[in-house]
Amino acid sequence: MSEAKLEPVIADRMIEMAGVNKWYGTFHVLKDINLNVRQGERIVICGPSGSGKSTTIRCINRLEEHQQGRIVVDGTELTHDLKHIEAVRREVGMVFQHFNLFPHLTVLQNCTLSPMWVRRMPKRKAHELAMQYLERVKIPEQAHKYPGQLSGGQQQRVAIARALCMQPKIMLFDEPTSSLDPEMVKEVLDTMIGLAEDGMTMLCVTHEMGFARTVADRVIFMDRGEIVEEAEPNTFFTSPENERTKLFLSQILH
Amino acid sequence: MQTHQFKPDLPPPRQSIGAMAWLRDNLFSSWFNSLLTLVAIYLIWLIVPPLLQWALLDADWVGQTRADCTSDGACWVFVKERFGQFMYGFYPAELRWRVDLTALLAIFGAAPLFVSAMPRKAFYGIGFLVVYPLVAFWLLHGGMGLEVVRTSQWGGLMLTLVIAAVGIAGALPLGIALALGRRSDMPTIRVICVTFIEFWRGVPLITVLFMSSVMLPLFLPEGMSFDKLIRALIGVILFQSAYIAEVVRGGLQAIPKGQYEAAEAMGLGYWRMMGLVILPQALKMVIPGIVNTFISLFKDTSLVIIIGLFDLLNSIKQATTDPAWLGMATEGYVFAALVFWIFCFGMSRYSMHLERKLDTGHKR
Repeated sequence: MSEAKLEPVIADRMIEMAGVNKWYGTFHVLKDINLNVRQGERIVICGPSGSGKSTTIRCINRLEEHQQGRIVVDGTELTHDLKHIEAVRREVGMVFQHFNLFPHLTVLQNCTLSPMWVRRMPKRKAHELAMQYLERVKIPEQAHKYPGQLSGGQQQRVAIARALCMQPKIMLFDEPTSSLDPEMVKEVLDTMIGLAEDGMTMLCVTHEMGFARTVADRVIFMDRGEIVEEAEPNTFFTSPENERTKLFLSQILH
Repeated sequence: MQTHQFKPDLPPPRQSIGAMAWLRDNLFSSWFNSLLTLVAIYLIWLIVPPLLQWALLDADWVGQTRADCTSDGACWVFVKERFGQFMYGFYPAELRWRVDLTALLAIFGAAPLFVSAMPRKAFYGIGFLVVYPLVAFWLLHGGMGLEVVRTSQWGGLMLTLVIAAVGIAGALPLGIALALGRRSDMPTIRVICVTFIEFWRGVPLITVLFMSSVMLPLFLPEGMSFDKLIRALIGVILFQSAYIAEVVRGGLQAIPKGQYEAAEAMGLGYWRMMGLVILPQALKMVIPGIVNTFISLFKDTSLVIIIGLFDLLNSIKQATTDPAWLGMATEGYVFAALVFWIFCFGMSRYSMHLERKLDTGHKR
């Protein structure tokens, strides 16, 4: 590839998606996605299932490959070059719907894995870092347990701590509360709100509209692989422009 | 406001615990179960007492020759007299201490690996795996100050253990590599691995051993030959690695996609993802299958009889044809079966222990 580091057009632009298209076989799953995210911006993406919202954020750390268009993350363009992909992944933390903690490792080992093996941090320093983030998500006392011994909410908080241990510039959340029991949603959302207040650049795919209202700088509504509407939360919830958005909101806000 | 009072936990009703309850639940729960219990007891009564009578009560234990076996039972004198041959084959008697030392080094060298709290275990383990084979080869084969004992003189249980240990140590890493290759994104690697696995799974081990011993020399240039045992070992390793590969592949396929994605999202590259996240889980899951393959490998070592190597079974077979000990085949083969069983059962128990120890799933 010609240029590894591209000069961002706007100085504080973290993510730039321009004309991104993606197909699964012949199914056109992402259609001309254009999205720019500034540093420190909190974005909530919502939409019906199958609308491409998860696929969109999974393209940002190359868990999915886009076939057309340009994705630049913190000045590094995502191409087939493995070095670029790994460079981007080092700066982007991800939290999954099903936690995806490593069940054969303790909570602490889950958290120290990438600092030690990707950042080449000495073991003791990685431990300190992990404990610091486990305290931040309020479960330092579970550090030596295995994920299988924790509740869903605790597991998801560990997953957040694990992603933070990479000290990423961007955090992606892919429906982080969707597989939690209702009693545990709040503890995870509180952790995420805390993170947002500290100025982390965040992209959240979620149906928690309360979270979107309090935290988001921008809400994006997707349907059938396209960005249908994009607005700041107040406008989005009170006076959406698009018919499709209105219908969606009327279905999820009772 | 009203506060709900929770009821206290009570002990279970009496008739669901104790020995009588166990008998009723497990052995006599229905008329069919009762019938099965009675038939099983009858079969045990038919088989076990005569067996004990022959093997222990009526058996001859002392003496030096066949003439000392006077009773109706087993003649263990035969096994006792030929024990050295069964264990060491034709290994010179005055050098057998070297075999014993090799075995002791294996036991004491590997022991720290089974201590959970040992620090720097990985380094020690790798060091042991590198150093021990060299030391073992030097002790068994000789050279560099030790008298050389050619592999054609190796035999008995020692040879069985050498083939099994080298087979296991070689087949496991090769099998894992093949399993990873078979799931690779790169078509060339995938095709090579699939071809390799399907070829070796498709031919019987006897054929492999036969080819390694009879046909391979025909293809080698004149004057070039290498040791019969080494050829057999390579054959065993390649053959068993194909089986290990398929077992491991089963484990790899059972790992949820989310584990791969989480590891990738953390920026772990392919090898670190496999080594730190995927393989530890996959291998743990297929321990029963891997040990199953090892047990069958251990028993298959007796097939080297067809290329003229004197492993435990062949040593015993040969001893039974000795005119001085005619008619001792039963005792000999029972002894062989017992030795094989002890090792295989040991492996089986160890695998169960490993499964329990590594179980961090905490399924509730």
